[in-house]
Amino acid sequence: MVMDLIAVFPESPSPELARTLDMAGFRWKAFGSADAVIKAEPTEGWLGAIVMADEDMEGAWAVCRVLRKRDGIQVPLMLLVTGAQLDDLALRDELFTDFCLLPFHPRELEARLKHVFAHMSSSIKPDVVDYGGLALNLETYQASIDGRPLDLTYMEYELLKFLTQNPGKVFTREILLSRVWGYDYYGGARTVDVHIRRLRAKLGEEQANLIQTVRSVGYRFGQSRWGN
Amino acid sequence: MNMLNQQRDYVLRTVEERGVRLIRLWFTDVLGNLKSFAISPAELENALEDGMTFDGSSIDGFSRVQESDVLAIPDPNTFVMLPWADNKAPEARVFCDIYNLDGSPFGGDPRQVLRRNLQRAQAMGLDFLIAPDMEFFYFAPPENGQPPKPLDEASFFDLTTTDVTGTLRKETIRTLETMSIPVEYSFHEDAPSQHEIDLRHTDALTMADSVMTFRLVVKEVAAAQGVHATFMPKPLEGVQGSGMHLHLSLFNNNGTDDSDSNAFYSPDDAYNLSDTAKKFMAGLLHHASEITAVTNQTVNSYKRLVPGFEAPVHVSWARNNRSGLIRVPVPKKANPSATRIEYRSPDPACNPYLAFSVILAAGLRGIEQNYELPAEADANLFEMHDGDLDKLGIAQLPQSLSEALNVMESSTLVREALGEHIFEWFLRNKRSEWRGYKTQVTPFELQRYLKSI
Repeated sequence: MVMDLIAVFPESPSPELARTLDMAGFRWKAFGSADAVIKAEPTEGWLGAIVMADEDMEGAWAVCRVLRKRDGIQVPLMLLVTGAQLDDLALRDELFTDFCLLPFHPRELEARLKHVFAHMSSSIKPDVVDYGGLALNLETYQASIDGRPLDLTYMEYELLKFLTQNPGKVFTREILLSRVWGYDYYGGARTVDVHIRRLRAKLGEEQANLIQTVRSVGYRFGQSRWGN
Repeated sequence: MNMLNQQRDYVLRTVEERGVRLIRLWFTDVLGNLKSFAISPAELENALEDGMTFDGSSIDGFSRVQESDVLAIPDPNTFVMLPWADNKAPEARVFCDIYNLDGSPFGGDPRQVLRRNLQRAQAMGLDFLIAPDMEFFYFAPPENGQPPKPLDEASFFDLTTTDVTGTLRKETIRTLETMSIPVEYSFHEDAPSQHEIDLRHTDALTMADSVMTFRLVVKEVAAAQGVHATFMPKPLEGVQGSGMHLHLSLFNNNGTDDSDSNAFYSPDDAYNLSDTAKKFMAGLLHHASEITAVTNQTVNSYKRLVPGFEAPVHVSWARNNRSGLIRVPVPKKANPSATRIEYRSPDPACNPYLAFSVILAAGLRGIEQNYELPAEADANLFEMHDGDLDKLGIAQLPQSLSEALNVMESSTLVREALGEHIFEWFLRNKRSEWRGYKTQVTPFELQRYLKSI
């Protein structure tokens, strides 16, 4: 669903770090090498990474580099260093988002992590969602297809927004009802079918199969011939 | 931001972004006429928050003069752009719920009545879904006192290249789809110039709004081409009238494992009908006569409910027998989510909010009180004699508006479903309609009696 998993280096982080992350409610996994971090990356990407550099500085930089080298969205990265390692940060600004001195204060680290990750998740939510010829402006609530404005009701817009923000994933009616409507609605899960049917009609014949029915499961937005 | 605020925000932003000049606030009077007043975008925010006060005594069946002010609060979920408005001055519409000034739901508002009845079903863990088959006629613009002129003489499923009414129907469907009303089928019906458009099922409240929109769209699209569309139940003598067959189903919405399953379906039954379905049908049949004044509310409605024209006359049910009041469509293969019953008496001149309310109330009563479903009547009832029908215990629907009103008046079920306000007003109004009709001397009488007596 949403990306919420954090990568942690090294493989066996200090008990203080583990406890701080657990107490703050983060979901995390620890890895011993840059390769392992990349291999285990979820399809929707890491929420962020925490790299503790006190024992293996080279290994730590390798993880930073591999996470930062790739195109597109930058994963927020928190570096933990000892006072003696501060000089090594020079000229490596691009490899991390923020850093914290070891030993860290748990409350300080938690606050910094929340700040860094929150900042990140707001900056990765673009104001415009584009998919094929379909564009949704989240700021103005306007949707268009091939430049032609779509007249949508509020719930049609919300459903389309949810689907376009999660392309390629299959959702059951119940999930869509609870995530998009979020409350008991006259008509229950059938309401989802009704709105999918309306959206398809409004998207027009050529784009109607942007929203696919996955038999006896639910619906999926987007398909391979548009990429993704 | 909660859901309601988000919806309001969406409406306000859309009005701004699309340059909407006029917002039409829609609501429905007791007889099912669409009422509307327009506000400017500047007033919209206030209307969404606090509602718009207006004089209810100006609306049929609303307030008496001394208690006249009521409040219309737009339901932002129903906001749509009007496709027929001028591109340079876009317009939108939004349905309103009517409240008393103290914030309580207004008893004269049919939409509130349906909401109240649907809440009862929800409390029982049930969602009420409806798909109507809308029938109507296209005529040349009517001239006073002249019989209607059909536009074509084509019949069922005919396809002709110069079919102007076919073009109208296509344009109508396109307009409906842009207004979020999905169409399932459409075709030329039996009678000359008669057409049918079947809507895809939705929850009952959305569908009542859709029926209101549908009637306007059909008329607007036709009028733009100089054609008159009518939902009069029986405009032409000797051919079929226009019905509004309702496909009904209940879905479980009780938060348990069988949530979202069709409550009418049972794999173990010969007809694939659940006990719930049978009790609901029994309730409908038991109370059918009581609710007929609401589902068939005009003098003319009863000219449709006669034998020989595929309209029901008798209170009975059957599979695939179109002479019964309730038909149980038999699917090609068992399809749990498509299991439904078809209630065949209503006509498109009814008030959909009130009709759906009394139908639901009748069905729920059957469920609550464990009514027993009578045996299936599979013979063609149109061809049977009254005596034989009596033997089978098959009653007739009311034969006239007057008879229907008499049965309704003694019905506590209808009184409760409609609420005191609408129940009383409806009876008064319709009795006066009947009196007006009764004083007419008709061509039938002149022809039959003038010379011979």
